[in-house]
Amino acid sequence: MEESSGNMRSSEPTAAMKKVREKTAKKRSKEEEEEEEEQIFNFKDKPAGKEEEDEDLSDSEESVFSGLEDSGSDSEEDEKESDDNDDEDDDDVTAVESKQPKQTEEEEEKEEVVGGVTEREEEEKKEDEYEHDSSDEEDIRNTVGNIPMEWYKDFPHIGYNLDGKKIFKPIRNKDELDDFLDKMENPDYWRTVHDKQTGSDIVLSDEQVELVNRLQKGQFGDVNFNEYQPSVEFFSSDVMIHPVTNRPADKRSFIPSLIEKEKVSKLVHAIKMGWIKPRRVEDDTRGRFYDLWAGEDSSILGRHKMHLPAPKIPLPGHQESYNPPPEYLFTEEELALWEQQDASDRKLPFVPVKFSSLRQVPAFSRFIHERFERCLDLYLCPRQRKMRVNVNPEDLIPKLPKPKDLQPFPTTQSLVYRGHSGLVRSISVSPSGQWLASGSDDGSVRFWEVCSSRCMKTVQVGGAVKSVAWNPNPSVCLLAVALESVVLILSPSLADRQVVQSSERLLSGQPEADTSDAAGPVIWSDTEGEELNQGIRLKIQHPKAVHQVAWHAKGDYLASVMPDHSSHLQVLIHQLSRRRSQNPFRKNKGLVQCVSFHPVRPYFFVATQRSVRIYNLVKQEMTKKLQANSKWISSMAVHPGGDHVICGSYDCRLSWFDLDLSTKPYKMLRHHKKAVRGAAYHRSYPLFASASDDGSVIVCHGTVYNDLMQNPLIVPVKVLRGHVITHDLGVLDVTFHPTQPWVFSSGADATIRLFT
Amino acid sequence: MGGLQKKKYERGSVTNYITRNKARKKLRLSLPDFRRLCILKGIYPHEPKHKKKVNKGSTAPRTFYLIKDIRFLLHEPIVGKFRDYKVFVRKLKKAYGKTEWSAVERLRENKPTYKLDHIIKERYPSFIDALRDIDDALCMCFLFSTFARTGKCHVQTIQLCRRLTVEWMNYVVAARALRKVFISIKGIYYQAEVMGQLITWLVPYQFSHDHPTDVDYRVMATFTELYTTLLGFINFRLYHSLNLLYPPKKLSALSASLARMVSSAEEEEAQLDQFPVEGEDMEKLEAREREQKEQEAQKKLFDGLKFFLNREVPRESLAFVIRCFGGEVSWDKSVCIGSTYEVTEETITHHIVDRPNASTQYINRYYIQPQWVYDCINAKIVLPVEDYFLGVTLPPHLSPFVEEKEGDYMPPEKVKIMALQRGEKPEQEDEEEEDEDEDEEEEEDDNDDEEEDEEEDEEESEEKNLKKMEKQRSQGKSLQVKVTPGKMKVENPERLEQEEKAEEKRLAIMMMKKKEKYLYDKIMFGKKRKIREANKLTAKRKAHDDAEKANKKKTRK
Repeated sequence: MEESSGNMRSSEPTAAMKKVREKTAKKRSKEEEEEEEEQIFNFKDKPAGKEEEDEDLSDSEESVFSGLEDSGSDSEEDEKESDDNDDEDDDDVTAVESKQPKQTEEEEEKEEVVGGVTEREEEEKKEDEYEHDSSDEEDIRNTVGNIPMEWYKDFPHIGYNLDGKKIFKPIRNKDELDDFLDKMENPDYWRTVHDKQTGSDIVLSDEQVELVNRLQKGQFGDVNFNEYQPSVEFFSSDVMIHPVTNRPADKRSFIPSLIEKEKVSKLVHAIKMGWIKPRRVEDDTRGRFYDLWAGEDSSILGRHKMHLPAPKIPLPGHQESYNPPPEYLFTEEELALWEQQDASDRKLPFVPVKFSSLRQVPAFSRFIHERFERCLDLYLCPRQRKMRVNVNPEDLIPKLPKPKDLQPFPTTQSLVYRGHSGLVRSISVSPSGQWLASGSDDGSVRFWEVCSSRCMKTVQVGGAVKSVAWNPNPSVCLLAVALESVVLILSPSLADRQVVQSSERLLSGQPEADTSDAAGPVIWSDTEGEELNQGIRLKIQHPKAVHQVAWHAKGDYLASVMPDHSSHLQVLIHQLSRRRSQNPFRKNKGLVQCVSFHPVRPYFFVATQRSVRIYNLVKQEMTKKLQANSKWISSMAVHPGGDHVICGSYDCRLSWFDLDLSTKPYKMLRHHKKAVRGAAYHRSYPLFASASDDGSVIVCHGTVYNDLMQNPLIVPVKVLRGHVITHDLGVLDVTFHPTQPWVFSSGADATIRLFT
Repeated sequence: MGGLQKKKYERGSVTNYITRNKARKKLRLSLPDFRRLCILKGIYPHEPKHKKKVNKGSTAPRTFYLIKDIRFLLHEPIVGKFRDYKVFVRKLKKAYGKTEWSAVERLRENKPTYKLDHIIKERYPSFIDALRDIDDALCMCFLFSTFARTGKCHVQTIQLCRRLTVEWMNYVVAARALRKVFISIKGIYYQAEVMGQLITWLVPYQFSHDHPTDVDYRVMATFTELYTTLLGFINFRLYHSLNLLYPPKKLSALSASLARMVSSAEEEEAQLDQFPVEGEDMEKLEAREREQKEQEAQKKLFDGLKFFLNREVPRESLAFVIRCFGGEVSWDKSVCIGSTYEVTEETITHHIVDRPNASTQYINRYYIQPQWVYDCINAKIVLPVEDYFLGVTLPPHLSPFVEEKEGDYMPPEKVKIMALQRGEKPEQEDEEEEDEDEDEEEEEDDNDDEEEDEEEDEEESEEKNLKKMEKQRSQGKSLQVKVTPGKMKVENPERLEQEEKAEEKRLAIMMMKKKEKYLYDKIMFGKKRKIREANKLTAKRKAHDDAEKANKKKTRK
C-alpha cells in the first residue's frame, strides 16, 4: 500500500489510474466525464491560488460543482484532513478552502498543485482509512470467506492466508481456567476481543474503545464530526448566472410528448363517452336538518298494514338499582343457582349488586353487547302479535245454582257400620229402606239395621262375596249374592210374615222341564241343613266365576255376569219363579263389565269395556250403543226414569248419557282423582253419587226435565270423605237409600258409612 | 278427469313468503347490503303459521320475509346507491392496484353518497310516530357519543352523536320534560314526556369501553346512521316547537339556556277550557287536573336552589337533571367549561359531594350525596336531607318505573316515600322505638321460655301421672277428680259463611270445561307464584332487618 501511495504522489496519471481501478462499478461509467472535469477544475484552481481576493466566488463555484459530483466519498475524511492541514501550515489556507469539495481525487490533485509539504504519516493514515473503507474486502488475512468458523473446528488450521498457506490455530486452546486466570490477572482483559477469523486475541486500543463507546451511545463514530454545522444551500431562490450543468438540453424537451398526447386523448375519449364525470358539486344538504314533517299530510300511505312496531325494552326494576333494597340481593344459594343456570333460563340477566356510593359504580361490561343484541332483535326477529288473554279468573267459573238451594242431599257422615274384616265389595238396601246387606271379601254377608247400625245377621257363605243385590220388589224379601261361580238366593226373613211367605212362594216355584236346556251348564239346587238354617234357599251353579248380579224391577228376573273374553256365555238371565236360565246373547261383543235392567221398559243395558249396549228384550235386538269415551268402564247406573245412564270408569271419569240426545256422553265429569268404582242414582230425589279410589264420594244434583228441549242440569253439591284408603283402594260401592236422601258407601277399610 | 293437475306449493300461504336468499337474489344485493337495507327500511322477517307448508315440505330452518316487503324494497332508490358504491369500491381497488393516484383522487371526489331523509319520512309518516320510536335511537346515540376514537366507527359519527345528544338534553331542559331518573348498574335511565309520549333512554357511565370482539360494529353503525338522521330531524322540530334556534350554539356544558328565536320569554300557559261534564267524566277530569298540577309542581322542584358539584360526581348527568327541574348548578372551573359561580359563592344551598367527608365546609349549605337529587325527582318532592349527608349509609335507591299493583311486594322504603308524598310527617322512630322493640322482644323471649316449659310438662305429665297421684296421696291430699264442663262449640258465622263459599267455589270449579279449567289453572298458578315471590321478598327483608338489629344491639353492648 505504501508503495502505491508513493506512486500516486509521484505522478498524476498513475494516481488517476490507480483510483479508477479502485472505483465502484457505478462510478466507472462516469469516468470520462470526471477526467474532463478534473481538467476544468485544475484550470480553475490555478487562478484561485493566485488571486486570493476572489476566494468567495471560487469557493461557491466549486461547491456548486462538487455538490453535483458528490456521490461516493464520505465527508468525515475530508474534514479530518482539512483539520490536519489547518494545524500544519497557515500557508495552505487556499488549499484548505479548496478541499471542501468532497472528492478525494481532487484533493490529491490540489495537494500536488499547491505543492505544500505533506507529512508521510498523514499520507499513511489516509491510505489506511481508504483501504478499510471498501466493504467487500474487509479482512483478507484469512481467505476462507464469510463462513461459519465451526467448520474448521476439527482441523488444526483455521483457514488460509493470502499466499494460500494454512493459518494454524494457537497451539493450546484456552480452557475455562485459563480464561479465568486471564480475567483475574490481565488488566487488559476487558478490552480483549477474540477474532474468530484468525483465532487470535486482539487488544483494542484506546481510540477503538472510545469508538465503541460512542457507537453504543448512538453518537457519530468520529469525535470531531459536527453534525450541526451550517448547511450550504446549493439551490437557493437567487438566480445564478451560470447553469447548474453545462449539458445541452435534450431533443425531447423541444418536441411535444407523444405519450402525453395519448393520455390526453384517452381522457378526452373517456369524457366524451361519459366514463369520467366532471367533479361533483358538493352536496351540502346531507347532514343538514329541516322540518321533515312540515307538510304532514295524512294521505301518505305508510307501510302496509302488516307492519308491527318493535316492542320497547322492558323498564328496569328495583333489582337493577346501584343501591337496591337488601331483599333484592342474591343469597348464596340464589347466586349458585344463577351461575348454574343456562343464560336463557335465568330470570335476571345480571346479578344485583349493591354499592355504597355512586362513585364506586363501575362500567357495565355487557353494555355494548346488550345494545347489539337489541339491534339484532330489531332487524332479525320475526314479530308477531300475540293476544294476551285478559280474563278475570272468576269469570271463568260457571254460574251454578247454590248447593244450599238444591237441598236435600247428604252432607255429613252420621253412621259407620263396623263388623267386616275384609274389604266390603258390595252393598244393597232393602226396598223398604230398613235393612242394609253387605258382602265382603271375608266370606260373609251381613245384614244391618240402617237406623241403628246394628248387625242383625251374619251369613257365612264360604267365599269372597263379589256382589249382593236386594230384590227390588217390596212384597218379597230376598237377596241375591254372587260369590265364586255361584249365585245364592238368601231369604233373610227380616220382614213381616206376609212378605216372608210370599217370598217362600216365589222360591217354591217348580222348575220347568229342562226341554230347551238353553243354559245347559247352569244347575239350580235347593239347599239343605246348615245352609238352609242360615237362610240360603237357592243355589244357582254357574260354569264360570260370577261378578255381578242384578234384579229386574219386578223381582222375578235376575241377571248374572261372568266376564270372559273368549266366550259368548257372559250374561245369564234367570227367572226365579220358573227356575229357568237363559243366555240372551249369541255373540261375544267384548268383555262385559256390568248389566242392568231398565226400570220400566223391557230394555237391558250391557256395559262392555268401552261402550254400553241397550237391547230390547222383547224384540231381541240391539237398540242403541253408547260410546263412553273412556278406557274401561267400571260401573253403571240407570236413572229411575230410564232415559239417562251414568257410567263410571277406571280413568277417573263419570259420563252422563242422555239417551234421547245422543249416543255420546252429554257430560263428562272429571271430579275424581282416581278410578271411579261405583255410581248410583237416587230413586226419587234428583241425586247421583260416584265412589272412587281417592276415598271420596261425590254427590251431584242432576235435575232431569220432562221437557225434551231442556238438557239435564248437573251440579256437584257435596264431596263426602270418611273412608280410609287401604291398599290403594278407597270406596268400592255406593248406593242410595230408597226413600231418604241418604247415601251408603262401602270401602276397602272394611266399613260401611252412612251420610245423611 | 279433465283440467290441469294442481301442483303443490303454488298457492296458499307459500305465495306470501320468500326466503332470505331468494329475496337477496331478487334485489341483486350482497348479504351485507341486504342487511343494511333491511335495517334502514325497517324490514324484519316473518314467521309463517305453517312453516312446513311455506318451506315446501322441508323442515330446514329458514328465514322468511313477506313477499310484499321485498317488493316494497324493489322500488327503493337507495338500492341503486348501494350498487353504485359497490362499483366505486371496485374501481378504487383497481386504481390502487395500478397506482394511478390521480384516478384514486378523482374517484374519491366522486364517491357516491346517499341521504336517508325520504326513508325517515316514509317510516314515520307523522312526527308522533317518529317520537314513539326514538327510545332506541337515543340509547344508541348516547352510547356512540361515549366511544373513543378507536377506529370502531368514524370520528364524524361520534361527533355527530355527541352533538345530537347534547341538543336533545338541552331540549329536555328547556321543555322541562324530564319525569323520572334511575341510577342502575348498567347506566342511568332517564324518562321524559315529550308531546305526550313517554321516552326512556339509557346513558352508560362515563368510562372507556372495553370493545367486545363478538359484536358486529357494521350493524351498529348502520343503525346509528339511521338514528342520527332521525334524531336530527326530531331535534329540529322540537326546537322549533319551543321557538328555539336550531342548530343551537355552545351547549356542551349544559349550563346556559338556549337562545330563543322570539324574545318573548313568557310562555302562555294554555288554559284548559271548561266543558260541562257529568258523572264519571267529571271524576276523570278532576283526576287529570290533579295530575297536571302535580306535574307543574314537579317541574319547579328545584326552583330557587343553588347547587355546586364537587369534581368527583358525574357532572353531566347531575347538571342535566338539576337544570331540568329549575335548579341552578355550577362546578369547579377546572372540571369543565361553563361553570357559572365559584365554590365560595354564599348563596349556594346544596353542595353535592361523593366522598366520605368534605375538607372545607361552609356553614350555610347542605353537603349531600348525589342520590338525593335523583330520589327527590322520583318522589316528586324535596326529601329531607338528613339521610343523604356525607358518610351516612344511603337509603336504597328504588326504581321509579315499578308500579306496584295490589298484592305485589312493596319495599318499605317506598311506603315511607309514599307517606311523605301524602304529606305525613315521618315519625321520630329512631331511638325510642327501637328501645321499645327491644324490650318487647325480651318479654317475648321470656314468654316463649315459659310456653316451652309448659309444653314439656304436658309431655311428661302422662308418664308421671301415676307417680304424682301417689305423691299426692302420700301428702294426704284428695285425688283431683275433675269434671270439666262441656264447652259450647262456638260457631263463627262469618267463618262458616266463608267456608261455605269456598266449598261452593270448589264445586263450581269441578264443573268447568276442560279448556277453561286449563286457562284458569294457568292464571291461578301465575297468581300463586307472584304471591310466593312477594312472600319470599318479605321474608328476606325481615331476616335482614332482624340481623341488622341484632348487630346494632351487639355494638351497643
